[in-house]
Amino acid sequence: MSGLKLSWQAGLALLFCVAAAIMLPLAGAAAPYSGGTTALIFVLVAGAALASALPVPNLISAAILFVGAHGAAWLLIAGITGNEGTARTSFFLLIIAGWLLAWRCVTVLSVLRPVDRLANTLLRLLIPVIFGAWILILWEAITRGAGIPFVLLPPPSAIGVRLANSLPILWADVNQTIFKSVVAGYILGCGAGFATAILADRVPFLRRGLLPIGNMVSALPIIGVAPILVMWFGFDWPSKAAVVVVMTFFPMLVNTVAGLAASGHMERDLMRTYASSYWQTLFKLRLPAAAPFIFNALKINSTLAMIGAIVAEFFGTPVVGMGFRISTEVGRMNIDMVWAEIAVAALAGSVFYGAIALVERAVTFWHPSVRGG
Amino acid sequence: MTEAATNLAHPQAASAGLFSRIAAGSVFPVVSILAGLVIVWYVFAVILNGPFQRDLDRRAGETPGFVEFVGKTWSQPKPTLPAPHQVAANFFENTFLRKVTSNRSLVYHAWVTLSSTLLGFAFGTALGILIAVGIVHFTSLDRSLMPWIIASQTIPILAIAPMVVVVFAAIGITGVIPKALISTYLSFFPVAVGMVKGLRSPELMHLDLMHTYNASASQTFWKLRVPASVPFLFASMKVAVAASLVGAIVAELPTGAVAGIGAKLLSGSYYSQTIDIWAALVAGSVVAILLVTVVGIVGNIVERSMGGRPA
Repeated sequence: MSGLKLSWQAGLALLFCVAAAIMLPLAGAAAPYSGGTTALIFVLVAGAALASALPVPNLISAAILFVGAHGAAWLLIAGITGNEGTARTSFFLLIIAGWLLAWRCVTVLSVLRPVDRLANTLLRLLIPVIFGAWILILWEAITRGAGIPFVLLPPPSAIGVRLANSLPILWADVNQTIFKSVVAGYILGCGAGFATAILADRVPFLRRGLLPIGNMVSALPIIGVAPILVMWFGFDWPSKAAVVVVMTFFPMLVNTVAGLAASGHMERDLMRTYASSYWQTLFKLRLPAAAPFIFNALKINSTLAMIGAIVAEFFGTPVVGMGFRISTEVGRMNIDMVWAEIAVAALAGSVFYGAIALVERAVTFWHPSVRGG
Repeated sequence: MTEAATNLAHPQAASAGLFSRIAAGSVFPVVSILAGLVIVWYVFAVILNGPFQRDLDRRAGETPGFVEFVGKTWSQPKPTLPAPHQVAANFFENTFLRKVTSNRSLVYHAWVTLSSTLLGFAFGTALGILIAVGIVHFTSLDRSLMPWIIASQTIPILAIAPMVVVVFAAIGITGVIPKALISTYLSFFPVAVGMVKGLRSPELMHLDLMHTYNASASQTFWKLRVPASVPFLFASMKVAVAASLVGAIVAELPTGAVAGIGAKLLSGSYYSQTIDIWAALVAGSVVAILLVTVVGIVGNIVERSMGGRPA
């Protein structure tokens, strides 16, 4: 037993390193890499690949891999910036080697099972962050290295610059689309769905009729009502809010009705022996029991609301709003602005979803999926 | 069980007459609620189309009686809200009376949308299954990819649709592929999540049994995990096929309204052809219901042929 920790990722990375050394230089024409930088890149990649096999604790070998992979990627991208399209095979081989090392790093980290809760949470965050970072690194390296035309796919750094430079426009769009259309429509749609669900619960006839209809509607392309609602409510935000209301109504209805049926027989019988009224049973037993279902609907609706508002803007809008910006900037071939808008939309969507998830954890603290049982 | 619970909660329902026995099924409530919706629709058609009709009448110097007025609001050529029979007539005319190759035939537009939906659905299902298999077998993929898959759905991915279509057109790829890619993006998620659940659904007992048989990982996969995941696969494919239709329709919006149900919606909104929009909506809904039904039927057949019993 030698104690060496061999892995196919590190082995392959070494192999790519050797191949890259044979096919030097890294880039043609302008030769942006000095001899020292090239040597440093090779030392980082090959050194990390070799060191990862050493019989040291997992945490240390993960740290070595992390530094090697990201340091090399940083140097490679910094060199190619300003010399787009000049990269040779050697450049891409090294990037792939770096990616393999990062993969190995994630694999090592995944095996770790820290006892400390804080460390565990950090690890849970770190692993997906490394994965996401490498998507950006590969994107940046390939678009810059291969010199992909800017109008097809701008590198993430350019999108970031554009984002930072047009914050006022983006803020106005967010204000129009999210704080007016989405929020108003979301509250109205979810509220109406919830109220109808309570009503359907009171009247079994309604429930038996509405549930199949609601299930069927969930399969329909509801987004198609957008042009009609834009015609009815005008170009400003009320029409977008109306689309959001229509899109969020049925998921809320169906999920709440299902949730209200979720409390157990025994528990309901217990409430009856307490001689509790319908409303007492509803508020003290059935609504809390329905909370996971209701939050599920709120989460689904958070995505649907964003989609509804943005797509509705494709059908007519005042000259502000995320959907408007996306469709006009695509027409003007300002693809970096489109990506900036998408990044903002992604951020807003994730924050929206995350906020609901946090509230859910606080409200349904008793549920097995939250307790971790 | 739900039925029994209802009867317990409302003891009078069990002993009442014919009406409540009919009401206890779900067909009668559904039909009556739908009928109610149609009536509300007609009433709203009168209310919404009323102002414009009154305006027309005033200019023509006519003072129609109530019945005549209502009849006129239900037969405008470009109403704010077309009456159901106008939509039905338009739908029937454009579906059954036109040649299938005609540009105005809804069958033609539905077929254009359907083809990119199906292609995207096939891609999405394949991608979703692939990701699920990877996630189930590699811990590192599970921990690094899964959060991003979930995050990918919190972003309004349809916002990318116009850009994908335009960019692909710029490098010379047009037609069905860009639209199908958007459908793929929307449909891979339900399949991936459902399949991860499905492939992990065998209990520890079953896995232990495979272990005692000295089964290899691939044997366990093909003989235990895959059969166990089939019900999950079809349940998530139903969601995926509906999502993929939405993707195809939205992807048709920025292409300049050439063909497809989305294009029909857009051109209808440009030229205020409200009846056309509603008919296109009906066509889209019919396609959606057909797709979901077909997936459900195939799922039933596959499950039965694998020896599954309805739960």
